[in-house]
Amino acid sequence: MFDVVIIGCGVVGAAAAYELSKYGISAAVLEKENDVASGTSKANSGIIHAGYDPEPGTLMAKLNVRGAYLAGELCRKLDVPYKQIGSLVLAFDERDMASVRQLYERGRTNGVKDLELLDAEQVRLIEPNACKSVCGALFAADAAIICPWEYTLALAETAVKNGVKLYLNSPVRSISPLPSGGYRLFSDGAYWDTRFILNAAGVHADDIHNMAAEPEFSITPVRGEYFLMDKCESKRAAHILFGVPGEFGKGVLVAPTVHGNLIVGPGTEPVDDKENTGTTYGGLDYVKQTALKAVPSIDFHRCIRNFSGLRAVSDTDDFIVRENAGAKGFIDIAGIKSPGLSAAPAIAEMAVELLQSSGLKLERKERIVDSRKRIRFKGLSPDEKNELIMRNPAYGNVICRCETVTEGEILDALSGPIPPQSIDGVKRRTGSGLGRCQGGFCGPKILSIIAREKKQEPVEILQDKAGTFVLTDETKTGGSHA
Amino acid sequence: MLDLIVIGGGPAGLAAACSAHEHGLKNILIIERGAELGGILNQCIHNGFGLHIFKEELTGPEYAARFIEKLKGTGISVMTNTMVLKITPEKQVHIVNPSQGYRILHAKALLLAMGCRERTRGALCIPGERPAGILTAGAAQRYVNIEGFLPGKRVVILGSGDIGLIMARRMTLEGAKVLACVEIMPYSSGLNRNIVQCLRDFDIPLYLSHTVTDIKGRRRLERVIISKVDKELKAIPGTEIEFECDTLLLSVGLIPENELSAEAGIEIDWKTNGLIVYDNMETSVPGIFAAGNVVHVHDLADFVTEESMRAGACAAEYVQNGERAGETVKTVKGFGIGSLVPHKIRKEASKGKIEFYFRVNESFKNRSVIIESNNFTLARFKRKVMVPGEMERVTLDRACIPESGEITVKIENEDGGNEND
Ligand SMILES: Cc1cc2nc3c(=O)[nH]c(=O)nc-3n(C[C@H](O)[C@H](O)[C@H](O)COP(=O)(O)OP(=O)(O)OC[C@H]3O[C@@H](n4cnc5c(N)ncnc54)[C@H](O)[C@@H]3O)c2cc1C
Ligand SMILES: Cc1cc2nc3c(=O)[nH]c(=O)nc-3n(C[C@H](O)[C@H](O)[C@H](O)COP(=O)(O)OP(=O)(O)OC[C@H]3O[C@@H](n4cnc5c(N)ncnc54)[C@H](O)[C@@H]3O)c2cc1C
Repeated sequence: MFDVVIIGCGVVGAAAAYELSKYGISAAVLEKENDVASGTSKANSGIIHAGYDPEPGTLMAKLNVRGAYLAGELCRKLDVPYKQIGSLVLAFDERDMASVRQLYERGRTNGVKDLELLDAEQVRLIEPNACKSVCGALFAADAAIICPWEYTLALAETAVKNGVKLYLNSPVRSISPLPSGGYRLFSDGAYWDTRFILNAAGVHADDIHNMAAEPEFSITPVRGEYFLMDKCESKRAAHILFGVPGEFGKGVLVAPTVHGNLIVGPGTEPVDDKENTGTTYGGLDYVKQTALKAVPSIDFHRCIRNFSGLRAVSDTDDFIVRENAGAKGFIDIAGIKSPGLSAAPAIAEMAVELLQSSGLKLERKERIVDSRKRIRFKGLSPDEKNELIMRNPAYGNVICRCETVTEGEILDALSGPIPPQSIDGVKRRTGSGLGRCQGGFCGPKILSIIAREKKQEPVEILQDKAGTFVLTDETKTGGSHA
Repeated sequence: MLDLIVIGGGPAGLAAACSAHEHGLKNILIIERGAELGGILNQCIHNGFGLHIFKEELTGPEYAARFIEKLKGTGISVMTNTMVLKITPEKQVHIVNPSQGYRILHAKALLLAMGCRERTRGALCIPGERPAGILTAGAAQRYVNIEGFLPGKRVVILGSGDIGLIMARRMTLEGAKVLACVEIMPYSSGLNRNIVQCLRDFDIPLYLSHTVTDIKGRRRLERVIISKVDKELKAIPGTEIEFECDTLLLSVGLIPENELSAEAGIEIDWKTNGLIVYDNMETSVPGIFAAGNVVHVHDLADFVTEESMRAGACAAEYVQNGERAGETVKTVKGFGIGSLVPHKIRKEASKGKIEFYFRVNESFKNRSVIIESNNFTLARFKRKVMVPGEMERVTLDRACIPESGEITVKIENEDGGNEND
């Protein structure tokens, strides 16, 4: 019997696991996919918002500001790419300017520091590529860019190192209360017993809730589509550039990424299917046209990838973080739309408090792992590179040409605390295949490395989630190197 | 210090190194990131190489082997499994490999022969879902010919580039069903012989003026939807055709691999990503030469070899005689010309005839290629057929080149005339 089982290993589940791993309890995370960060947490804008957006008094406002504050320190400790580059909300007419002023006031009420209203001249000075018609902006110095999946991974890995059990490929199908208190969670051919549940299932949080209690809320997936641009476009924006917020979110943004690319998106489009992360011509075109109004010089021919993510929008308009009214010890963390990535560590703190008030006794462990470091070959000095290669020649074998990722780093990932189960799993841990050729060059090489290290057949190797086989058969002759 | 470092050991790098050696250079090093020399030829196990140069049909590896054989006894050094990470205008080359670690080498001249990479789905912004089973034709070629695995059984091919056409045949011979080859332009971008031998001979339909407009499948690819396109290449609603398939191969263009060059500040044609070169295959940085697909995408390895031999010879001349100055004549793409090499000519700086390589941007029948300067026709070349899929070559006597100004290469007008004549 576990003390706590967390359902879902997105950034929220991972942050909760990390937070709980500081205490002397037994905890587990159940994730339906074959890797952490397989849902919304890998497909978003990757922004740590300063916190001027949410309506004052909401949970979103409180948790965003606190979460953003915690994120900087966590990223340093856990070696997650994070850059505080600041954000601008651009105004193009008087109406926009009114919204911008309102955001400024909101931000002050929410306790956001370092907010500043800029005039057109000031904007042009720090953001020369912004459209000439810009007439002012809200500048938030604290806003940062982050690698969302490495953030999730780092939190989950640290939790695992501290004893939290992670069960991948374990979709929760049903939940039944145990006569002696607590719950039994059923997956395909397996079950787990636990005293407390944290429901962090993202867009599926309502489905999970409804497995244990009467419906209280429902989640609508609202899709946002993106363009990821080649590194040569990264100079189009020095800061995170937003338009004024719209009905469903913060509108289309243009921002550099921590990997050195430029990200453009997202649109907003409610969909009826919780797994529908496709893109559409119309959706992409909307993003493109909107972005060009803010930054007219973006060259969309330099796109290297499109993707989309699903916001978990609940019918309550705020984050839901509370004990389930009809099920004791069952805590919902639902409706975690944007700024959920920013708020995650604060959401986790709050979830832990709720567990305590529901009766979970928590005692801090004397010692925990609270650091993480991985080798990033590309960023090392020539001397450091040499030293590394002399120690282990695998670091001298460059596998991904676009991002300069070495075999050594891929082997590190494969022997990490949460070993990847697919080529994209390796990508999320090392950056291989993130670049302009999108794995065209390194994909086959990584496939062979995984097969070799895991002693699997190449036809068993996955691109990403379960079922995403890359190869179907051997050829008649078996190839020249077989 | 080395005389010449050649970056890339494909047909371009091999021919350039051999030629530089023949022209007197001693200290030559070829650096190749792959385990073997030969470049992309290693995965091209089909026939069709060497018709021009050797007057016989060789496979890619056989063609490469001829040059690898030639290296023997020349003293040319080769480093394989070695990635070049950076080059500088001062001709330093930063390399990394498992046995020697990270090193900085220095040479009197560099020759860039890094080849090209394939355009991906991302570059085309094809909407839809993102399942496994969508890969470039070149990656598929590698899986099938080198690794010995089939990437799928029911295949649609987007783009009628040569690699896609070759793979249509290869996959069919391996027992896969190729359902269609889909090309957005009204003409194929591949060689005519490949259309005949790889599609028609196997009854694979070619859909011209069509493109993929949607992709279905959450895990592995399940269906692709293609639509007819209008003159602006926009999809026409109502013309959708659906194919049930598990694989989509992309053969939608090659991009010269010039990230190293860009970082070193070498001038690049941002439309093609190719290097900007003089008639002696020198780039905008003196002493840094280039040849092969890194300059412009070739269809025939034989042309690569010819161009690279010239580049190698000119690099040798640079090392022996120093920098070439002289007036520069710009070349201009006139009517009907899609791409053109060289971009610049220095009449006095080199010897020998000037070779122009170009592609037309639409199909032409019974037209002449005209080279002119200041409204004066310098030369005219009759051609029965010219198509965008096949690179054309014409040669001009150096004496014809003006001292300065511009030279235009163009296709004659429909009426057979030249509006400026
Ligand atoms: C387009 C877009 C842009 C965004 N941009 C930002 C931003 O810039 N900044 C910001 O702060 N926030 C942003 N957000 C919001 C942020 O991404 C989310 O709030 C955050 O990722 C939510 O994390 P999560 O862990 O709740 O959900 P998820 O990451 O979706 O995780 C839920 C997990 O639960 C698993 N799961 C589901 N059902 C089951 C089951 N039955 N059994 C087991 N596991 C299950 C899923 O597989 C998944 O891994 C954005 C969101 C979107 C969609
Ligand atoms: C998939 C494919 C199929 C083809 N099929 C045919 C055909 O059937 N018939 C025909 O006549 N022509 C064919 N061609 C065209 C012809 O083979 C090519 O034009 C020719 O191979 C180009 O030669 P290259 O040396 O410029 O480039 P490549 O052959 O690509 O060689 C470039 C070399 O540079 C190396 N390199 C690149 N960057 C670095 C670095 N940073 N450090 C170290 N090494 C590096 C690469 O590993 C590679 O070996 C084909 C081309 C391709 C891409």
